[in-house]
Formats: sequence, C-alpha cells, structure tokens
Amino acid sequence: MELIWEGIKQALVHILTADSEVLGITLRSLWISGAATLLSLAVGIPIGIALALARFPGRSFAVSLINTGMGLPPVVVGLFVSVFLWRSGPLGFLELLYTPTAMVIAQLIIAFPIVAGLTMAAFQTLNPNLSLQLLGIGASRLQLLWLLSKEARLPLLAAVMAGFGGVISEVGASMMVGGNIRGQTRVLTTATVLETGKGNFEIAIALGLILLLLTFAVNFLLTHIQQREQLRWPKPS
Amino acid sequence: MLVILALILAIPSCLLASETASKSVILSTTTSTQDSGLLDVLVPRFEKKTGYGVKTISVGTGQALLLAARGEADVALVHAPSLEKKYVAEGKLTNRRLVMYNDFIFLGPANDPAKIKSTRSSAEAMKRIAASASRFVSRGDNSGTYALERSLWKTAGIEPKGPWYIESGQGMGATLGIANDRVAYTIADRATYLALQKRLALGILLAGDKPLLNIYSVMEVNPANGPRINIVGGKAFADFMVAPETQAVIKSFGLEKFGQPLFIPIAGKREEEIGG
Repeated sequence: MELIWEGIKQALVHILTADSEVLGITLRSLWISGAATLLSLAVGIPIGIALALARFPGRSFAVSLINTGMGLPPVVVGLFVSVFLWRSGPLGFLELLYTPTAMVIAQLIIAFPIVAGLTMAAFQTLNPNLSLQLLGIGASRLQLLWLLSKEARLPLLAAVMAGFGGVISEVGASMMVGGNIRGQTRVLTTATVLETGKGNFEIAIALGLILLLLTFAVNFLLTHIQQREQLRWPKPS
Repeated sequence: MLVILALILAIPSCLLASETASKSVILSTTTSTQDSGLLDVLVPRFEKKTGYGVKTISVGTGQALLLAARGEADVALVHAPSLEKKYVAEGKLTNRRLVMYNDFIFLGPANDPAKIKSTRSSAEAMKRIAASASRFVSRGDNSGTYALERSLWKTAGIEPKGPWYIESGQGMGATLGIANDRVAYTIADRATYLALQKRLALGILLAGDKPLLNIYSVMEVNPANGPRINIVGGKAFADFMVAPETQAVIKSFGLEKFGQPLFIPIAGKREEEIGG
C-alpha cells in the first residue's frame, strides 16, 4: 500500500516538474498511438463501411476475418511485423525495425480491425430506409456516404476510442518491434515493464498512472465531443 | 493478405525513412546490462564520442546471440561463455573479447531448508536442493543465467523435475520476485540482485565458487550473416567497451548507489586469470 502512495507521489512529482525523460516518453506514446489510430481510421472506416453496405461473394468470410482481427493478440502482430522488418526479411531493405515507424505499423495492424468492426456495426444499425430516402431525394453516392457517416458519428467515435485504447495500452508488439530504446522507441508501457524489471516499482507505478491519466484525458475529450449531441433531448416541462 | 499487409507497411515507411541513417548501431545484449543501469551510462558516452546512435535491444543472452548470428544486430554484449564459443567456432560471431565480470549467487530463504549455506560447492548445493525437494525458481528461458543453471545441474548429475522446480520463463527481476514470494531458492547475477535487494527477503547463501563466475564478452558480427550489417559501427562499439576510459567507468559504476561496484572490468585478460 505504501508503494502505491509512493507511486502516486512520484507520478505527481514527474508531472508537476515536467521531468524531461518522462515527458518525452509520454509525448512519444501519444504521437505513436495517435498516428496509428489516425491511420487505422483511414484504413478501417472504408473497410467497415464496405462490409456494412456492400454485398459481394465472400463477404461473411471477410466479416469473420475482421471480427477475429478485433481480438488480434499484440504479441503475434509484433512477431509477424518483426519477421517482415528483419534485415533478412522481405521488407528489411527499409531498415525500419526498432524505429517509431515500426511501432506505428504494428499498432495500425492491431487497431484497424477494431475500427473496421465497430464501423461496420455502426452502419448496420442505421435504418436501411434512410439510404433509400437519401437516394430518393437525389443524393449522390458520395453524399450518401457522408450523410450516413454523420448519422453514425456517435458509434464511430466509440470506434476511435476503442482503437486508441487498444494501441496505447499495448506492450507486446511495441516491445518487439520498437525494442524499448531510450529516447527513440521507449513508450509508457515498455518503460513500465523496464522499471518493474529494474525493481523501481515507484517509477513503474508512476508511469502506469500517467498512462491512465493520458488515456483518460483523450477519452474524456472524445466523449465530450460524442456526448455533446446527446444533450438535445427535450426537457420534460 | 500478406501482400496487402506489405503494401500497407511500406507506405508510412517512405515518409520516415530518414530516421534510420547508417549511423546507427544495433546492440543485442542481455537484460542485466540494461536493468543494472550500466548501459544508460555507457551508451551516451559512446554516442557522443563516435556520432553513432545506438539501438539497444536487451533480451535473454540466447536470443541476443541468435539475433547477432542472424545479422539482425551489429554487435553482441552477453554472458554465456560456452554458448558464445560455439557461435565463434561456427564463424557467426568474431573477435570475442572479455569486458567485465561479476558473479552469480545462490539466494534463498533465511532458514535454508536444504542447508546449502554449509557447503562451498555449487554442484553440492544443487544436489542438496534437489534431495530435499526445496522449491527452486528457474529462469526457464534461454538466458545466460539459465545456461549457467543448466550447467550446474549437469555437473551435479541431476535432471530437475517435480513440483518443487518452478520455471518462471521471465527476466531476472521478475524471477527474483517469484522466488521471494514463493520462499524459494534461485540463482541470480549479482548486479540484478543488488538492484532489487531492498525488496527481497532472500539472502545470499552461497557465492564465490569458481563455476559461478559471470563473464561478459563483446563480439562482432560476421558480415556474411546477412544483409545491411553495420560492421564498422559494431566494431567501434566493441572497441569502445574494452577501451581504458570505458573500463574505468565500469570499475566505478554502482559504487555510489550500492556501496560496491556491480562489475569488475577485465579487458585484455584471459578467462583463466579471472576470479583466482
């Protein structure tokens, strides 16, 4: 118990003094996972929409793949990305292993099925008559997609949060493809593992708390945007 | 699917390709050099002196050697002499040079149920632990510490098996934690033990036996192991590890925090001369 208090105290000290090492690690976590989440939206949302709206042979197989991908174990992703990026691997010439880029790639692979799966679910819960109505009043295909996306924005934001939450808290893949290199690929999760191994439990707890705070802050912001819409219920008078 | 993946992977890489110049050296090493904090002191000095950027990958010694042998690293700093000599004999790694040493220690509960405190021999200690079926936590991975443990069991003529023999499959720090919680014996490198000492109820029960020497060496990578190996950078790091200035830093490392040095520098010596 004393250890946890000590951890909380350390976390506060690190935050208040803006300790440059901890700050660097925190910002790195944020940009790597943020970039991975943004890219996963670019990849996952079109896939999710296509799976929800299009009918094509093999669709249910593709849906099963995405649903499986939503629970992709990060260490497995880390292993495969490592093998691809090894100097002797098919993409070795890019010299990407142990760089932040490699971490973004691994996290993108972890996050995009989550985004795609939740996007698909979001679009499938829309009333099918809505598309018909929109097409009926002369909407083009692009306009249709835009209007449907607007309609599904609440669950889409949930998809963003789930994707971000999945990658910022992930340690297995980041450790394998990033290597936990100080000043380059050390993020909050891998630093927590390292400090635990070193026996610096106070610092490990502090890093864990900072990770929680960061995730909370990002989710609070997104939730705020999401729930703003929800307040428009008419008040009973 | 893999082709699609490869394409997805390649896109962001082009944007950030500049971050990996050939001025970077990949060092594959064991967890104890990192967990003890030694590399946090040495690596910045090397980077400042040579202009190289070092990517330290700290894994178990077995994996560290394998990465170097596959050409995935440029230089290896590890502690499993018998394994190292095998790779050198195969020509995968070259120019093995001793860097520093400390020792492995037997840790266990204060009441010492297997009575290993009264022996000076590590093999005899193993026999007593097995004979009394006292709980023993093994790393159970491919680390240098595990290699040493296996060699001690072999010397003792015992194949450890049974509910008393616990394989953690984790690093030294975690393994010490498990041994502490389960009130068990274990073997650890002195540097990691000292770093975690204040959290442990386990005490040192046996130390100083010759087979318990823990010798760290640096090795360069054979250019034939794979493409894109930074041979010059790897050699520069190996040279740095045995240079007199670096050896002086190693000699005093840990004095302030632990009251004793964690590693004893031995560059230029032969294995037979150590320990004495």
